[in-house]
Amino acid sequence: MKKLAIVLSIVAFISACGGAGTDKKGADPYDSKSTTANGNPSYDPNRGEGKFTKVDVGATLDATLAATGEKVYGVKCSSCHKLTEEKLVGPGWKGVTSRHSGVWIMNFITNTDEMLNKDPKAQAQLEICLVRMPNQNLSDDDARALYEFQRKNDGVK
Amino acid sequence: MKSRKIITAAALGVSLLLGYTACKPKNAGNAVSSDAAAKAYVAPGKYDEFYNFVSGGFSGQLSTYGLPSGRLLRVIPVFSVDPEKGWGYSEETKPMLNTSHGFVPWDDLHHTELSQTNGEIDGRWVFGNANNTPRVARIDLKTFRTAEIIELPNSAGNHSSPFITENTEYVVAGTRFSVPPDDKNGDVPINTYKQNFKGTISFISVGKEDGKMDIAFQIQCPGVNFDLSHAGKGKSHGWFFFSCYNTEQANTLLEVNASQRDKDFIMAVNWKKAEEYLKAGKGRKQAVKYAHNSYSDKTHSATSEIKTEVTVLDAKELQDICYFIPCPKSPHGCDVDPTGEYIVGSGKLAALIPVFSFDKIQKAIADKAYAGDYDGIPVIKYEAALYGEVQKPGLGPLHTEFDGKGNAYTTFFVSSEVVKWNIKDLKVLDRAPTFYSVGHLCIPGGDSKKPNAKYLIAYNKITKDRYLPTGPELAQSAQLYDISGDKMQLILDFPTIGEPHYAQAVSADLIKGNSLKFFKIDENQNTYVSKGEGTTKVVRTGNKVDVYMTCIRSHFSPDNIEGVKAGDEVYFHVTNLEQDWDVPHGFAIKGANAAELLIMPGETQTLKWVAEKPGMFPFYCTDFCSALHQEMQGYIRVSPAGSNVPLLFSTGKNYPVADTAGKK
Repeated sequence: MKKLAIVLSIVAFISACGGAGTDKKGADPYDSKSTTANGNPSYDPNRGEGKFTKVDVGATLDATLAATGEKVYGVKCSSCHKLTEEKLVGPGWKGVTSRHSGVWIMNFITNTDEMLNKDPKAQAQLEICLVRMPNQNLSDDDARALYEFQRKNDGVK
Repeated sequence: MKSRKIITAAALGVSLLLGYTACKPKNAGNAVSSDAAAKAYVAPGKYDEFYNFVSGGFSGQLSTYGLPSGRLLRVIPVFSVDPEKGWGYSEETKPMLNTSHGFVPWDDLHHTELSQTNGEIDGRWVFGNANNTPRVARIDLKTFRTAEIIELPNSAGNHSSPFITENTEYVVAGTRFSVPPDDKNGDVPINTYKQNFKGTISFISVGKEDGKMDIAFQIQCPGVNFDLSHAGKGKSHGWFFFSCYNTEQANTLLEVNASQRDKDFIMAVNWKKAEEYLKAGKGRKQAVKYAHNSYSDKTHSATSEIKTEVTVLDAKELQDICYFIPCPKSPHGCDVDPTGEYIVGSGKLAALIPVFSFDKIQKAIADKAYAGDYDGIPVIKYEAALYGEVQKPGLGPLHTEFDGKGNAYTTFFVSSEVVKWNIKDLKVLDRAPTFYSVGHLCIPGGDSKKPNAKYLIAYNKITKDRYLPTGPELAQSAQLYDISGDKMQLILDFPTIGEPHYAQAVSADLIKGNSLKFFKIDENQNTYVSKGEGTTKVVRTGNKVDVYMTCIRSHFSPDNIEGVKAGDEVYFHVTNLEQDWDVPHGFAIKGANAAELLIMPGETQTLKWVAEKPGMFPFYCTDFCSALHQEMQGYIRVSPAGSNVPLLFSTGKNYPVADTAGKK
């Protein structure tokens, strides 16, 4: 028992000191409590962490924008994400726009590393996939176009 | 009592022995003070203050170290193949090593030179010379990759290279071996050196914006050995200075026969004048053959062009381009101080250092203060060009760099030391031992108008007992000195790759911010790029099979390929779809008579693989990329020639078993 405690405290120590670039608050993946309770109190799990605070979405689909998004998907996303519900390397995209808010999605795909380090939903998904989503260096426009394509994929007309 | 005597005697014996064995300049322990470690220490996770670009000598590569830590940051493949990086093995990089002699997989890189603007290092490119099959390379410091290589006709042993003018107008190259010109019959008796052999100096122009190299002109000179060179700067901008030896024009046993004369020469070249002659059409178009290779970061491929003409100016005919200045005993280093006034010659066999004055050289030319001519080239009187001599500085001076505070630092091969001396009064100020037999040295910016003289690095030829022994071949070595005070202080030894010759260093601030993180996949114009898994395919054209493949953490697409037949030439065109820093993928396949590919994010690289016999051939990613890196693999099935197994390719699905035996 004692041994285990020592091991755990070493693990905690190592992880606490790891990565100068990560946010020290709530960055400890071994203690889920600290993420929510001791973490950034202003953290909005529906918005995520990143540059986007809102996303203007039309009532109907912007087909041109969605087509642009589909092109970006082909180059940068399709290797790991299917358009069905099937998980490949990452989760299938069917229904993704109902699982997450648009602003959360756009923050996640443009600020991947930071979100994986602190966002509870992103971390839960990482536990399933075990492959950190690569940062594909999407532009803001790419991100918006991809979201429109996801809306199209989820049936928005 | 007795035992104490024995101990004393033994101690005396040991110290005597030590005295005999220690034929080093000084005891290493004495040479290092206690704060040395702190001065060279860079804490984990912290950046070094300087980049040090070090020639790899007979490795043919250029290595990058951080200073003051001496940590090896990257070996940049230049003139030699590098299987680790696929350099010279991938279809895209093979043309970079093309020459008029065909594909040459190795060379000997002796000197590095950083590009300059207004006489100051600008951090854009670093140049390197190939000493064996004469070439000059330009390395782009955004990517730390070789961007261009140009071959030099009429040359052999490109040694006095790749030194540059103060705005990188030109990179020069001087032939170490004089040889019969390329358009003349080279099949002549060797002892006709004096009649048939010529020395050639090349001026390679460098594009102001894109760095593109082109041989602007060559100057044909008498047959001697050109050794090293440096450009004039400031007041002497427009001039170039080359050391030369073997003015005896010996063609055998040079060790003795080229050491006969009391003085050889430093050749002063008025390149502005040469430009005028070139403009006036005084050059002779000569039919030659040389390769010019460029690498594009857009197509991610190299192209090699064989060029067939060069313009040659004759130094003898066009009287006022070249002048010889006598310089004692087989001069090697030829270094110009930051003001451009003083030219330091270092005779390998001399026991003094002559310092020439640019103003006096100009006056001597105006007054025609000549001692005669050498093969039609005026020889300026020694005293008419001389500013003064540093007396008894040490034995065997080789190279000099400057601190910008009026001091020069010269290496001494024979007496294994670096000597600091004042340029104005020619007095020796300090000396520091090196371990051992130092060749080149480097001060950041030490050959520019603005040295940043915090450190001095000595590149040694012998390491003997400095490191743990590793059999007959020992580590090559550099030594770092703190020269911020009056006295030089040795603070670090660090091993280097190949054999280090000249090196340059520059403040990291000038370069680190420009470092490219990845190639944008949208801008990839490689003929065989796959922009997304949806575009991957396998195409057969006769017995050539092109595999358009992608990779991303952590799979290849396609990763199952069937229908390839024995004898097929398979080209794996692998595109890395990643768009983040530090995520290369590797590609290796069993039995490849080549190397791996190492593909940077957004890049496409191609490996040619011949399916020699039927069987199952796995391929995998060699660069640890994610938790599931070990899963990043695939198979290619090879069937007998003439088999009817259809061409199939896929990722993530199993086709029905159409054929199990691979029948004919």
